[in-house]
Amino acid sequence: MNRRDFLKNTVKVIGGLSLPLAAFKIITPKEIFASTGDKAKTRWVFLVDTYKCVGCGMCVKACKLENEIPYDANVTRTWVERYVMTKDGKTFADTPKGARDGFTTSKIDLGEGKFQDIKKDFIDKAFFVPKLCNQCENPPCVQVCPVGATYQTDDGIVLVDRTWCIGCGYCIMGCPYGVRFFHPVYHTAEKCNFCYHRISKGLKTACVQACPFGARQIGNIKDPNDPVTKVILTERVGILKEEYGTKPQVYYVGLDREVK
Amino acid sequence: MVHGEIWTVKELFVYPNEYIYWSIQIVMYPFMTGLVAGAFVLSSLYHVFGIKQLKEMARFALVFSFALLFAAPMPIVLHLQHPLRGINVIMTSHFTSAIAAFGIVFFTYGAIVASELWFLYRKHFVEVAVPLRDKQDKTLSEWLKFILFCTLTLGVYDVSEEALKRDEKAIRVLAGVGIPVACFLHGYAGFIFGSVKANALWMTPLMPVIFIMSAIVSGIALCMLTYIVTMEIRKFLSSRKTTPAQRFQSKEEIKGVEVNVIRMTAKYLIYFMVFAISLELLDLIFRGYTAVKSWDVLRSVIYGKDFTDIFILQYGLGNLLPFVLFLLPGLTIRRTILGVLLVLFGVFMMRWNVVIGGQAFSLSFAGYMHYKLPIIPHDWDTFKEGLFGALSIFVMPFILFWFIAKIFPIFELKETH
Amino acid sequence: MKSHIYRPLWVVIGLVCIILIARYFYVPKDFGVHGRGYMYGWYRESNIKFWKDFKVKYQGTEYCKDCHSDKYESIMATPHAIIPCEDCHGPASDHPSDPPKLAIDKSRGLCLRCHSALPYPTSGRSQIRGIDPDAHNPDVECVMCHNPHKPSLEGLK
Repeated sequence: MNRRDFLKNTVKVIGGLSLPLAAFKIITPKEIFASTGDKAKTRWVFLVDTYKCVGCGMCVKACKLENEIPYDANVTRTWVERYVMTKDGKTFADTPKGARDGFTTSKIDLGEGKFQDIKKDFIDKAFFVPKLCNQCENPPCVQVCPVGATYQTDDGIVLVDRTWCIGCGYCIMGCPYGVRFFHPVYHTAEKCNFCYHRISKGLKTACVQACPFGARQIGNIKDPNDPVTKVILTERVGILKEEYGTKPQVYYVGLDREVK
Repeated sequence: MVHGEIWTVKELFVYPNEYIYWSIQIVMYPFMTGLVAGAFVLSSLYHVFGIKQLKEMARFALVFSFALLFAAPMPIVLHLQHPLRGINVIMTSHFTSAIAAFGIVFFTYGAIVASELWFLYRKHFVEVAVPLRDKQDKTLSEWLKFILFCTLTLGVYDVSEEALKRDEKAIRVLAGVGIPVACFLHGYAGFIFGSVKANALWMTPLMPVIFIMSAIVSGIALCMLTYIVTMEIRKFLSSRKTTPAQRFQSKEEIKGVEVNVIRMTAKYLIYFMVFAISLELLDLIFRGYTAVKSWDVLRSVIYGKDFTDIFILQYGLGNLLPFVLFLLPGLTIRRTILGVLLVLFGVFMMRWNVVIGGQAFSLSFAGYMHYKLPIIPHDWDTFKEGLFGALSIFVMPFILFWFIAKIFPIFELKETH
Repeated sequence: MKSHIYRPLWVVIGLVCIILIARYFYVPKDFGVHGRGYMYGWYRESNIKFWKDFKVKYQGTEYCKDCHSDKYESIMATPHAIIPCEDCHGPASDHPSDPPKLAIDKSRGLCLRCHSALPYPTSGRSQIRGIDPDAHNPDVECVMCHNPHKPSLEGLK
């Protein structure tokens, strides 16, 4: 094989590989590396107080109705988990229907029709932990979307384009927090988006407004006068699964080490 | 029921939105692309490294690789919730995602295989097209055949010795370039899983390499199997032929399956099997040794719930037993058939244990999900993501192969290239 | 003729060109790299407007108080003041035009969300007065005896 033939055939392979890249929308280096995220005036963050949460589930119900997630479908944009630590060192956790109907019994749902009732004297500690999309600063779900159907806005919210999503489910597998699911009607990826349609109008998210106890709060970390910002910066708060490097923006007051 | 709910059984603490979203079709996809890559590498072993005994196998493997290439994207098409939008992967590729590489990799690989086939069969196309062109009254089927083969010549009718020599050179180049591309084709599939940090079982840099090695194993095994079956069918048919047109190939000319070819190929199969299993065991040993946060739940899945799937079915039946069968002296055709079937089963179980196994535990590390493969379909979802959907994908390349072999005949009457 | 080798290459280039032309027509013009760069900001810009225009359903307690001032005044004097009206009655949306009436949920389940006594001293739950749902009048709706807008035990029917 002579060198010229080899080179020409190599060009063919490389041409096949690079032409699609080059001829798309011209992605200039400036565009790729420019990130206006730092210059944005708003960056939404969330604050959850696990001391205040009573597990009533009003947030889950409000979220479903506000965001048109079919009420009886076993998927939800936000949910509340219950943790019960017993005196013999065991941890029990459950989230019946995502706490859509609240927690009305002390029997812990173990799945497959089994329940575990735990009496008061046997409990070391017990609490409720609301969860929702963390709108991460480094969202792994956005990174793995093959078509650009999910993305992050300048103010930090991760959204899904329902007309573009192909339904591969890679983003769902990529989220370490399990907040994503397939919408039962639209069959596209779906998740909490901090009620983007409400916060852009100056309203609170449906779950924040619904919570009677103030366990959920939303704020703007770039505004130093925001009460949420003050709590995050001056009090001890925790975040979920820090080891994944996602930089989640939902902060927890009273986050216990046993929270999964 | 939401997607995935019907075939998922949750145990203990599982997040509300967690279901087994990537089910049997996602097991089939790397399995099929693995067969594609493996068949191509086998073919290239002859063209690039000149291993003469593999000549018969090489042509066969290349055509089969082409048939497999059309069947390979089908699992994805069936899995997508919006299959018609699948084209978005090529239209607005987001290259930070491993899946976005699909368009480029498949297209490049398809171009290489198609080009190699063209160079290999170019002379045959010319030999069919030219007499048809000269023929005055053609029947409809002859017209269609003429148009097809005329197009396939791509307007090149030069079949001189010099031109054919240049063809051979081109094939060698393509086969050489194609090996890394075939590795990339399956390496990217492994990267899809290995790069998901959210999944404790998938996340390992070894994943792309494990996938490539087991892909080559499956490709070689499948080619050996189809080769044996096809040769045996030919031998059987020739012994029943009575017309003069068919009698030219006597049973002596069709020697049937050449045991030497099989033994040669089996050696390469063993090499790659050793490599593949070493990597998998290395991964397992590392996980157990380092025992990070996820090890508790992974251990209960690997050594508990999935013990049979992993150690009995995949490692035992799918690796150890065929290993023994191939290493025992005096390899016979019958033993080979059993061996390759077990190897293919083992490779399938490897994909199963990665995909389904990775979803057997919850992200909470405190719960489990059990996968119930839908057997009897009662709607479109349970068909396409169930047993019959998987079987129809598996059967597809064989059907395609039968059609494609009519254009690219695998058994030459005269020795050409 | 040396050039017959490159015939497949021309075919491949032709196919690539067809794909590029198809791409020009298929991909919306506002699809591209925005704000956060290629990794996190590769999307169709007009989708943002879609989400901003999504219909708001929950209006908040202030929306209810002018027409339903009696219920509002009543509940504001009780511990139930912290509960937004729509928590129990559902989203107001465009009420009174659509929906003309909001649900009045009388089920035990609604009250038990908070008032089913759970033995959790380390949670705010323990601060809420509660009952054992299996023991405390299990067949009767709570509202038969208790008024949600005036829940004090002295105001029992």
